[in-house]
Amino acid sequence: MDYVLLLTQTLNGLQLGVLLFLLASGLTLVFGIMDFVNLAHGSLYMMGAFICATLTFATGNFFLGILLAIPVMALLGYAVEFGLARWLYTRDHLSHVLATFGLILIFDTLVQIIWGEAGIVVPLPEWLDGQVEILPRVVFPIFRLLIIGSGLSIAAGLFWLVNYTRLGMLIRAGASNRTMVSALGIDIQMLFGLVFALGAVLAGIAGMLISPITEAEIGMGNGIIITAFVVIIVGGIGSMKGTFIAAMLIGLIDTLGRSFLDDAFKLFMSSNSAETAAPAVSAMLIYILMAIILAVRPQGLFPPKVR
Amino acid sequence: MASNRSHRIFSIVIMVLLGILPPIFIWIGEPFYADLATRLVCLAIAAVSLNLILGYGGMVSFGHAVFIGIGAYAVGIPSYHATYCEWDAIASYNGLFQFGIAISLSAIFALIVGAICLRTKGVYFIMITMAFSQMMFFFFISQETYGGDDGLTIDIRSELPLISMDDPLQMYLLCYASLVAAVLFVRMIVRSRFGMVLRGGMGNEERMRMIGYNVYLYRLIAYVISGAMAGYAGALLGNFTTFISPEMMDWTRSGELMFMVILGGGGTSVGPVLGSILFIGLEFVIENTIALINHDWAKYWHLPFGAFLIGVVLFVPGGVIGLFKGKGGKK
Repeated sequence: MDYVLLLTQTLNGLQLGVLLFLLASGLTLVFGIMDFVNLAHGSLYMMGAFICATLTFATGNFFLGILLAIPVMALLGYAVEFGLARWLYTRDHLSHVLATFGLILIFDTLVQIIWGEAGIVVPLPEWLDGQVEILPRVVFPIFRLLIIGSGLSIAAGLFWLVNYTRLGMLIRAGASNRTMVSALGIDIQMLFGLVFALGAVLAGIAGMLISPITEAEIGMGNGIIITAFVVIIVGGIGSMKGTFIAAMLIGLIDTLGRSFLDDAFKLFMSSNSAETAAPAVSAMLIYILMAIILAVRPQGLFPPKVR
Repeated sequence: MASNRSHRIFSIVIMVLLGILPPIFIWIGEPFYADLATRLVCLAIAAVSLNLILGYGGMVSFGHAVFIGIGAYAVGIPSYHATYCEWDAIASYNGLFQFGIAISLSAIFALIVGAICLRTKGVYFIMITMAFSQMMFFFFISQETYGGDDGLTIDIRSELPLISMDDPLQMYLLCYASLVAAVLFVRMIVRSRFGMVLRGGMGNEERMRMIGYNVYLYRLIAYVISGAMAGYAGALLGNFTTFISPEMMDWTRSGELMFMVILGGGGTSVGPVLGSILFIGLEFVIENTIALINHDWAKYWHLPFGAFLIGVVLFVPGGVIGLFKGKGGKK
């Protein structure tokens, strides 16, 4: 096997895994603490990309765009919690799903009204817009390396936040028993708002990071949100560690499957049937993985201890 | 009991109107409304089937559109091979063959997926059904032979004995008769001993298990029946539109089906039908009302529509048909 291609695709897989983690961690936080299913999480990802695009054009600098977009995303997340999610905590999951489905329609149309039908390509600073030779013959876009690096540092920051700060202590306590937390005099409503805002920021950052590669476009979150669901199901809903491991696993399997499955199939079937079967199987690969894991462990790989 | 009777009369009125109005549209030459009604009735069959597991069984399946897609491709693929004279084993225009495949493939898919999904509960079940439907969505996108992303045109509709699907009136009446049959079938299931156990499992699963019922098995059977019915609806819909694409089973389609059930009223026999009428009717009304105000804004109709859907979830949890039940009829 060609080691250059293998290494490049592994890096691409890591990059997808990092993005999936940013998305899925917000989902799993919100679900773990508020027991709330947010389908519109993908819309927050999309809003992140568009807001960052506008701010990048306004300031002329991609990084300034991201920095300014982060507080905007936090406000937006808080607004969604305050305006909609808060009224649904006492209702069943079906209501959460249906109401946030309506919210997706609203966000998609808002983007259409504000930014128009066409997608926006976010320009990168010149020094990021090139490739670098990381190993002999292995060249990789600098920006994709930056995505992996920043994603991993955000993940590390999140672990620190959840495990070693007062806010993190409240988050963990809220996930185990929210009634007890509020009985101890903590403003649980405020905590819910903060967690929602944090989730929105994480999803928004994922959208901002991907926007120079794909482009910001309407409905960009509606596909990847399902993959994020697969991540949190495989990892165990509510578990940060599980989410991280599952995100990397699924990012790698999806990317490597798409590029190497036809070669693997050729080992034991005719090259003709391998070329027909490989695209179909690689498109379904992560779902098959999910099915297998659930058949063995219905609660995911790392189910949280208290639920 | 009076409120129960008004609910029943209201349900019958809806079904009768659905049987009379569209044929009149066809007769006086309003093909647009007739088309809208035929599509509506096909989706209503799927909504009725979803209601069996969602409304009566408490299984929040977020992947029901996948069966519509499987049913539609079960018509499209044999017809495609018959047109291009290859793969004789499955090449056929025969409607009975195509509908048979649609129903059996949907049932098999429901059996496999249901067996895995029903092991999980609550939010896991929602997300897993969603993920499996998305899996099939990507599977059909990867099928280049059948058009992949671009979809597949059905050149010749299913050939059925006595009925010609090319005739709009006969097509509509077939769909309508299927809808009536579906409503009555689900009603019969729900009132049977099987249905009692299914509903009992929704109310209190633990209790049903303690009495000695295998709730999992009952749910799985209901899931398979529901999937097969939705597959049938998909075969009808594919025949009607003569164009099928993976987009038919996108997860947003499944979300719309769920809304049809909840909007009308889950756990009632005619609620999903009413829901489909309201859903498709409102799409049409909102879009055209905006177009009257400003033609360029019509494409933004999703905004008020989304707000309306959120409003329904927040303020009308029992569905519109629940409003006709009065206090005595509420669960």
